[in-house]
Amino acid sequence: MNNGIVIEGLQKRYGSGETLVDALKGVDMQVASGEVVGLVGPSGSGKSTLLKCLGAVIEPSAGRMKLGSTMIYDNRWIINDLRALRRDKIGFVFQAPYLIPFLDVLDNVALLPMLAGERNAAARKRALELLEALDVAHRAKAMPSQLSGGEQQRVAIARALVNHPPVILADEPTAPLDSERALAVIAILNDMARQYETAIIIVTHDEKIIPTFKRIYHIRDGRTHEEAGEGKSPQEQANLYIA
Amino acid sequence: MISLAGRDILHGWGRFLLTGVGLGLLIGVTLSMAGIYRGMVDDANALIDNSGADLWVVQQGTLGPYAEPSTLYDDSYRSILGMAGVVRAANVTYLTMQVRHGSSDVRAMVVGVVPGGAGEPGHPTFLVAGRHLSGSHYEAVADVKAGFTLGDTITIRRHRFTIVGLTRRMVSSGGDPMIFIPLKEAQEAQFLKDNDMLLQQRRRTAQNPSLNRPNVPGLLDAIIASQTVNHNVNAVLVQLKPGYAPDAVAAEIQRWQRLQVYTRQEMRTILVDKLIATSAKQIGMFLVILAIVSAAIIAFIIYTMTMAKIREIAVLKLIGTRNRVIASMILQQAIGLGAIGFVVGKIVATLWSPFFPRYVLLEPGDAIRGFIIVMVISLLASTLAIAAALKIDPAEAIGG
Repeated sequence: MNNGIVIEGLQKRYGSGETLVDALKGVDMQVASGEVVGLVGPSGSGKSTLLKCLGAVIEPSAGRMKLGSTMIYDNRWIINDLRALRRDKIGFVFQAPYLIPFLDVLDNVALLPMLAGERNAAARKRALELLEALDVAHRAKAMPSQLSGGEQQRVAIARALVNHPPVILADEPTAPLDSERALAVIAILNDMARQYETAIIIVTHDEKIIPTFKRIYHIRDGRTHEEAGEGKSPQEQANLYIA
Repeated sequence: MISLAGRDILHGWGRFLLTGVGLGLLIGVTLSMAGIYRGMVDDANALIDNSGADLWVVQQGTLGPYAEPSTLYDDSYRSILGMAGVVRAANVTYLTMQVRHGSSDVRAMVVGVVPGGAGEPGHPTFLVAGRHLSGSHYEAVADVKAGFTLGDTITIRRHRFTIVGLTRRMVSSGGDPMIFIPLKEAQEAQFLKDNDMLLQQRRRTAQNPSLNRPNVPGLLDAIIASQTVNHNVNAVLVQLKPGYAPDAVAAEIQRWQRLQVYTRQEMRTILVDKLIATSAKQIGMFLVILAIVSAAIIAFIIYTMTMAKIREIAVLKLIGTRNRVIASMILQQAIGLGAIGFVVGKIVATLWSPFFPRYVLLEPGDAIRGFIIVMVISLLASTLAIAAALKIDPAEAIGG
């Protein structure tokens, strides 16, 4: 397996003494490049904590994380510049698109390579190519407020992909969308994962999209359990995120 | 790299511009306050320069005609004229009073001068209309700020004067326009009593046995006559021959005439450092308060604008934007706001300065200093918002 991201024994503790909370008790995950997996679980199971650890936003307490061929965490951060790590190695897609409202669509996508020091023209060219691949190039000069919800989410996906990160973390990307658009977004993410050799982890509660995953990681009480996703009945799906 | 600050400003340019205009009005007030102080200093300098005097001779122990009451006998100028180095000496009186013009009053400084014309000590150095005072009685030359026109009639005490000339930039240290009238009428105006007062004075004098002695004919009449005329002036203005040092001539006059003498530089010091010192401190205090208020407003606006973008800043941090880029965005917005405010402030201060009752002098140097201060204030004001922005946790973008 060509590893997009490998996580072994990841732990996260908050507080100390009597207030100690074990949010993650030893998470193991492995997502190959080009693969899309679901991460489901009930509220308070540790999904957001895991996402923040994977996104290098908070520091885990123990464990190992490897992005592509680079070990980024081995009981401590191996990488010093976490901002650069997030910028270059991790893409983020949120429940709401959270586009920068004062930048047009093209510059919302081109911003990341610009932040990495790429020339404006080259960054915009690359951003436009992605927008074309996601079929929103015709809205390149529009402001985010002028886009529909589906268009905004496609632009957010383009932004997450623009630096060709080995992994994309998507936090409930289909929550605000209807079934048709939600499935379309998942289809796009699957296409993009294959096309750009990116591992995509989708945190979701969305029953509509759970059957689309070949593999699902179920997180409960701070631990992950791997299950097959395709062909699950609605009751089986519900059991995945109801404690 | 694109300018995030510029894009944000362009995105909400209407709100940003309106905020800048509001701030600009405040900066305009600040610049006007500085202009008022400069105008006061300039008025003082103009008063000295346009008086045509090299020395001011006044009553001993006083600060001179502009700062304190001073009384000299009007024949003192003769002995001063005889001093080495003196080319001209002329009596002058100053009296700040209400001058009647039609149905309204004008606060003015009435200056009594010996009729002569330009170049004579005490006269305005130039006219913008009409002519100087001739030997005729009951004529006046007024500063245009008084609002008179040629041919107007004004009333000073019981006498009516016709405006025959208009001058400019001749105002007292208090900003009142000057009205020049012949010395004799000015002396009368200063000491003239009303008829009832004269009758009372004559009766009291007649009832005083030491002034109305029997067997001394003519004594009472002589005393009464001396009471109704005035031979006092407030100062003698002196012009020096070329080559004579003002300090040396002043020392000689002080020594031999037993009078107080001020050179041009000393008089400038009295006017600027003493007469308008309190006003200057007052204005300085206002400037400090306005600077603090401006800083608070900029800080509040930038802080509010930043807090309205918490989610965007969290996203920017999450996707790897460096703190310096975010700090630079906020700083540029603060600087932009300050720059718009300064430009608007400079424009409005220039537009409304002619309508101020006092002369407002907007110096380019003050504008440059003002711009630098506004930039520094903007920079300091942005620190609060920058500190808040840097504390925003990128995890806020993820939620949970």
